[in-house]
Amino acid sequence: MSAEQSPKIVIVDESPIRAAILQEGLREAGFTGVVHISEMHSLLSRIYALDPDVILIDLENPSRDVLEQMFQVSRAVRRPIAMFVDQSDAASIQASVEAGVSAYIVDGLKKERIKPILDLCISRFNAFAKLQDELARTKSALEERKVIDRAKGILMKLKGLTEDEAYVLMRSTAMREKKKIGEIAQSILTASEILK
Amino acid sequence: MSTPLCIGFIPLVDAAALIVAVDKGFAAAEGLDVTLVREVSWSNVRDKLNIGLFDAAHLLAPVAIASSLGLAHVKVPIIAPLNLGLNGNAITVSPGLHAAMMQEIDGDRFDPGATARALARVVAKRRKAGTEPLTFGMTFPFSTHNYQLRFWMAAAGVDPDEDVRLVVLPPPYMVDSLASGHVDAFCVGAPWSSIAVDRGIGHILHFVADILVRAVEKVLAVRQDWSEKNPDVLAALVRAHHRAVGFMEQPENRAEVASILAQPERIGVDEDVIRRTFDGRLKISPDGTTRESSRYLLVGREGAAQPDPMQAAWLYAQMVRWGQAPLSVEALKAAMTVFRPDLYNAALGQGDKWSEPSGAIGAFAGPAFKADDIEGHLRAFAIGRWKPKA
Repeated sequence: MSAEQSPKIVIVDESPIRAAILQEGLREAGFTGVVHISEMHSLLSRIYALDPDVILIDLENPSRDVLEQMFQVSRAVRRPIAMFVDQSDAASIQASVEAGVSAYIVDGLKKERIKPILDLCISRFNAFAKLQDELARTKSALEERKVIDRAKGILMKLKGLTEDEAYVLMRSTAMREKKKIGEIAQSILTASEILK
Repeated sequence: MSTPLCIGFIPLVDAAALIVAVDKGFAAAEGLDVTLVREVSWSNVRDKLNIGLFDAAHLLAPVAIASSLGLAHVKVPIIAPLNLGLNGNAITVSPGLHAAMMQEIDGDRFDPGATARALARVVAKRRKAGTEPLTFGMTFPFSTHNYQLRFWMAAAGVDPDEDVRLVVLPPPYMVDSLASGHVDAFCVGAPWSSIAVDRGIGHILHFVADILVRAVEKVLAVRQDWSEKNPDVLAALVRAHHRAVGFMEQPENRAEVASILAQPERIGVDEDVIRRTFDGRLKISPDGTTRESSRYLLVGREGAAQPDPMQAAWLYAQMVRWGQAPLSVEALKAAMTVFRPDLYNAALGQGDKWSEPSGAIGAFAGPAFKADDIEGHLRAFAIGRWKPKA
């Protein structure tokens, strides 16, 4: 591989969204030869056919153990691959495991060429995790909104309050009991269900 | 005050003692607040143990040795203060391969010598007919499954690197791969062989105890530096495990143990399948044939939990035989010191009385194993990547 050529990168990930985010990041950084594998069947033979320089795999993927076979000499594996095993890069390995990704590097690729790929990979994986986290929070916030609206309706009906008054009542109760307004609303729903 | 510990495991039946120690409160009684983390690959378990995300782990015994020797990966010294299980694997073959082998067999079908010879004839016929080589699934390059398959077939002249294909498959994918014909056979721990038989797509050909009478399978692994900094925590962990094993070995507790292990966040398979493993009474064919062995999986009986450095030496000899490790006195010594009967015995206050933990590997072929002459031992085997210097 010449110095100018972009290394060929394979992403093994069953999550198409995360793979797309990573692929886009790598392309923006000038790594043009990126291929995504989402199908785990015959993973090794597909990798050998593509002949990549770097393989990136997410840690939720049980097929990671399949890649470990690439270090062995056997009939199934004709060209052993060495991993990124530089002892001095413990910090890099730690950061990637924590981000949930692992990199397998074919022997011969220089360390300074791997570093930016790995760094990008770690930051994209972390960004994806953050995105998922935000999505989950938005979802639960929406759920909470629905619960509060229903509790408001119950209070308006039972106590003859306006919408604003119902809300103020719930909020002041929450403050007094040091609870979240969502929890108070949920108690109102539960109570009204029992007292029906 | 209790000590928080994070321990990784793979959902296999030989993680049982660890799970029981935690879920039955034996660990808590020793002042340990253990969080068990279910993992999806041995690579993850190894890496998370190595970098300190796990304090301890349910680990393939050969991975502990490979990590300590720095084979194929970062060198991190690991020690094993106890065994989580001996034996426990089975070789399962597709109905097609089973029929072909039974047509060729010249002896008892549970005799590994006879089945290996039958396999050699099937392999020869396929080669003559120009058929694709048979494919065998196993769980990891540094695994007992890999060495057990190789030892068995090589005894009858089948070269595992030339005559067949050996491929790594994650245990949860084994059964589907056998059903789809992606592999013709596999060697794996419980419960996966039983699941293949229940689905009617596999025959259990051998319990590994047919091949090796006593083979260490999984250990509790910790980093050596961690063990030196936390000797009391380690001893507490050994004691908690000891109580768990004592509980599991009582037949009246088997049903409760099976129900604990069956929980989705633990092993997550049917209680009945787990129960069969502990009872050593397995359905081996889709037609309902069963077979019993008190040695199918050992977790407490027969001193199974006590680490035996001779077992580590045997595993190292397999790494040398199959070209994974160079042969050296230093490496042998390093491999043997991964297994720590001294820590096990000290924790249980039983002194150094590990005089007769095993006596033997009990392999069905080749000379009796001697840790002090690995070179002489390996010379006895015709097939292998290691060759004696001329």
